[in-house]
Amino acid sequence: MTSILTNLFDGVAYGMLLFVLACGLAVTLGLMNFVNLAHGAFAMAGGYVCMVLVNRMGWPFFAALPLAFVSSAAIGIALERTLYRHLYARSHLDQVLFTIGLTFMSVAAVDYIQGSSRVFINLPAALQGQFDLFGVGIGRYRLMIIVICGLLTIALQMVLAKTRFGSRLRAAVDDPRAASGLGINVPQVFAFTFAFGCGLAGLGGALSAEILGLDPYFPLKFMIYFLIVVTVGGSSSITGPFLASLLLGIGDVAGKYYVPKMGPFVIYTMMIVILIWRPNGLFGRTAAR
Amino acid sequence: MNASFDVGYHAQRKARWHYGEVAFWLIVLACGFAFPTRYLIMTDILRLALFAMSLDLILGYAGIVSLGHAAFFGVGAYAAGLLALHGIVKEPVLALIVAGLAAMVLGFATSFLVIRGVDLTRLMVTLGIALLLEALAERFSNITGGTDGLQGIEMQPIFGEIPFDMFGKTGFFYSLAVLFLLFLFARRVVHSPFGLSLRAIKNNPLRAAAVGIPVNRRLIAIYTLAAFYAGTAGALFTQTTAIASLDVFAFERSADLMLVLVIGGTGYLYGGLIGAVLFRMLQELFSTITPQYWQFWIGLVLVVIVLIGRQRLHRWALYVPNVVIKQVAGRKAVVAVPESDA
Repeated sequence: MTSILTNLFDGVAYGMLLFVLACGLAVTLGLMNFVNLAHGAFAMAGGYVCMVLVNRMGWPFFAALPLAFVSSAAIGIALERTLYRHLYARSHLDQVLFTIGLTFMSVAAVDYIQGSSRVFINLPAALQGQFDLFGVGIGRYRLMIIVICGLLTIALQMVLAKTRFGSRLRAAVDDPRAASGLGINVPQVFAFTFAFGCGLAGLGGALSAEILGLDPYFPLKFMIYFLIVVTVGGSSSITGPFLASLLLGIGDVAGKYYVPKMGPFVIYTMMIVILIWRPNGLFGRTAAR
Repeated sequence: MNASFDVGYHAQRKARWHYGEVAFWLIVLACGFAFPTRYLIMTDILRLALFAMSLDLILGYAGIVSLGHAAFFGVGAYAAGLLALHGIVKEPVLALIVAGLAAMVLGFATSFLVIRGVDLTRLMVTLGIALLLEALAERFSNITGGTDGLQGIEMQPIFGEIPFDMFGKTGFFYSLAVLFLLFLFARRVVHSPFGLSLRAIKNNPLRAAAVGIPVNRRLIAIYTLAAFYAGTAGALFTQTTAIASLDVFAFERSADLMLVLVIGGTGYLYGGLIGAVLFRMLQELFSTITPQYWQFWIGLVLVVIVLIGRQRLHRWALYVPNVVIKQVAGRKAVVAVPESDA
């Protein structure tokens, strides 16, 4: 019984992490209809920035996290303004090719700069180990992830639903032409959203070094997970990808624990079945755009 | 001259063999005799060309974007390896066909998943199937050899007459023969009414359905055929290298394949063949400059190609040949820019 609860807890933490990693992609892919396979590269960038700051320069972990966010967002906005912008109107094939190219470049570049082995971020002692809560083993680090990611999710939902920027973004997504007719600077809104999504990915990358493992092949290894979150979750709201992340996280952890030899099948099969059953995602809109 | 006659006339004219095509195949054949020390790399190019042609059939003609074409390559590779290893089908040509059919069965089964949904769903499903198969191959390591791959494959002579030699001469001509035969068939298919209907589907599925083309059935058919081609390419891989390992399913293989096709251009069958040559040359070049980081440059090539625009690039590449043809033959250039894809 307790092992079930511990697994559930780990699965939730894993799912939350996936959500932070992938929710930027939910915006670019789901809302802006841009296939960005290089999303994992931004996450990796954040992870490596955090690693360098903490391990090499002796920054405290919690001070390095915001910087991971900022650096990935900066890279994101630089690339958006120079390269991505030109590809919004292009075919999906072009977008796929372009972002695969970027992914390959990022993998080789990080390999060149930091070497190909897996890196670890030195965690403060307060985050290591686990404690028992009513007999259920709770990892401190995972608890922190749940807290941070949970707060972020709530904040995101609030921003989208309550603020002026949120309504601009929703308008720009629903109908870019009408939105720009109303005086909304659509490219600017998209650029900002893109950068913010990249920043979140960077933060997720920094947090995931401990759980998912951080090496130069990170963008390729986890690309499928991000895509699953977005395609299964759909794009109509932030809750869709959130629930999809949780489902994926719990499914993956449970699959690896209970049927270790069949581990990867569980999620791939789950994904294929869901996509066949609901091609636009579990929580997606009915009409494909 | 009514419209239907016009369409038929143009389709027939395009289907005719040009001198350029004959010259192309003669040059390929000549390479086999001109570079007797480079059989291994040339065989590799032929395999890649066949694999790329397979993707061209679904991407260039039917407009299906696939990120997991390596799935069929891998099934073909393992099928050929297992057939040879356990001596089930000893004769290579027969084994090649059986391996191709195995991939074809998978292609048929998965085509129902692929025809559903939009581009993005297709990307995901194809990618998912390839990853699933890779995980399967790793899981059933008692059959596939796991991460070590299939080892100790010994190929029997072709037709029981022509043995594989260590310089790869037999392998090269064997691959070339397979590629040429399958090319002839693909050429026949894409210029048939069936091939024309595929183009119609690619340009606008809704309109294609409105003029009475059974869209889904056509897509299933071409996807299945493309799977057969990819499976054959995979089987050739195993037969000529005598190994089959997990990386036949790798995502990188599918991604590289995209690049091959993009370099060569889609929708005119030669794209895969030309792309394979250029891609391998690029790869050789990059790996001599930076052995470990050649992937960076491959990525850069992809990014640059997309940013410049594939059509513009092909226009540039064809500029000189077209000027020459104009000067020599005194008529409009026959080498056209390949059709764009959705």
